[in-house]
Amino acid sequence: MEKLNGLRCRECGRHYAAAPIHVCEFCFGPLEVDYRYDVLKGVVTRESIAAGPPSMWRYKDLLPIEGDVAVGHHVGFTPLIRAQNLADELGCREIWVKNDSVCHPTWSFKDRVVAVAVTKAREFGFDTVACASTGNLANSVAAHAAEGRLKSYIFIPADLEQGKVLATLVYNPTLVAVHGTYDEVNRLCSEIADKYRWAFVNVNFRPYYSEGSKSHGFEIIEQLGWKTPGHIVVPCAGGSLITKIWKAIKELKTLGLIDGVSTKMHAAQALGCGPIVTMIKNDTDVLVPVRPSTIAKSLAIGNPADGYYAYKTAKESGGFGEHATDEEIVEGMLLLARTEGIFTETAGGVTVAAAKKLIERGVIPRDESIVLCITGNGLKTPDSLQDRLDAHVKIKPSLSAFDRALADLKSQTS
Amino acid sequence: MARLRVRLTFPPALIQEPIVYRLVKDFDIVINIRRAEVKADHGWIALELEADERALERGVKWLKDKGVQVDPIERDVIVP
Repeated sequence: MEKLNGLRCRECGRHYAAAPIHVCEFCFGPLEVDYRYDVLKGVVTRESIAAGPPSMWRYKDLLPIEGDVAVGHHVGFTPLIRAQNLADELGCREIWVKNDSVCHPTWSFKDRVVAVAVTKAREFGFDTVACASTGNLANSVAAHAAEGRLKSYIFIPADLEQGKVLATLVYNPTLVAVHGTYDEVNRLCSEIADKYRWAFVNVNFRPYYSEGSKSHGFEIIEQLGWKTPGHIVVPCAGGSLITKIWKAIKELKTLGLIDGVSTKMHAAQALGCGPIVTMIKNDTDVLVPVRPSTIAKSLAIGNPADGYYAYKTAKESGGFGEHATDEEIVEGMLLLARTEGIFTETAGGVTVAAAKKLIERGVIPRDESIVLCITGNGLKTPDSLQDRLDAHVKIKPSLSAFDRALADLKSQTS
Repeated sequence: MARLRVRLTFPPALIQEPIVYRLVKDFDIVINIRRAEVKADHGWIALELEADERALERGVKWLKDKGVQVDPIERDVIVP
């Protein structure tokens, strides 16, 4: 099935053959995968998807993979949980949690994008993959490269604590620690991606890589019984995820797999790094870069490449955006853990906190269905809760000490 | 000759300064602007810079010292 038209510039519309390129040579605009929906229509049906594997690859026809899946066979199809306890707490009728904190194999939605990028790298004949990352992306690239028997290079700023990279080093990549500022490392990696014939997943493979995020959106709709929710709240870093979930919904509509679309897409960011939400709040398409200062490290991108498109997505869908302070982020993490038993990373705390504020402000009506995108696992970065949590009861090892402590606890709560 | 594809973001205070002119004249850098947006209080330019490597480094350092944000064309290459 010839399903790909190749790549298309999101700015000037120029077409390119499918290749490991990411920037339009004419206007330097970003390239995006262009599908032949006329070919896909009628071939991709609810039934054909249901007959696929219980992973993101049940949507392979809508992803830019033309051969066999090379790595990450079990990525995706994560639980969509009816979060009634959370809904009760927030005074809402219907909240769902799309839980990518349990995405296989490295516990974040990055496994979706990396599985596509690494599979595509194999398709193009690359033997080396690379990324510059301090967290989830590094974990996922190293893991998938190991599975696919590819060489991998992971670039990090040299001042990153060693403890942060153990969950990447375990997969035996080549870790390159670069002495320099964030900006210098950023620029160096761009130049390396330009010079070496490597699949730099979020540089020269970005058009393919980012398509993997659509599977998060496809799954939400299928798991809701092929219905679109009233609202989806999405954490934003580079701004790609929110645009790709929206693209997924529009593709399902184009293919006739869903009827009307009434979903409003809302952006969630930390107050200490929230340039996209600032655009939405100020109703301007000009993104003003910021210097990140937030505990939500996995969202800390000060000059997001897809910021403009994320803003457009919120506007086009009728959605909005909200910032969360560091305190609200922690409260959001604790709220989700306390009500639903889900331990998410700070990005999830941002999503929960932003949703709570949007509900309280009446932007999201309490009687409409809401999906919260939880994109990463809290067990990876428990240090974000350091000094904020403490054991309630400390006792000596005797039954009488416990009896007294229990009586005290009961009197406090009665 | 070295080549660099960058996105320059200008804060409001620099909008009225002839930054690009100085970059060409003082550092002998050949520029090729591909896309830009300049508003009253903010602006950015996506462009290609070409010069010998040392001139490029000096030019980029001068831009940063002036308060211009210099990003690779992809911007968020490092992902958390």
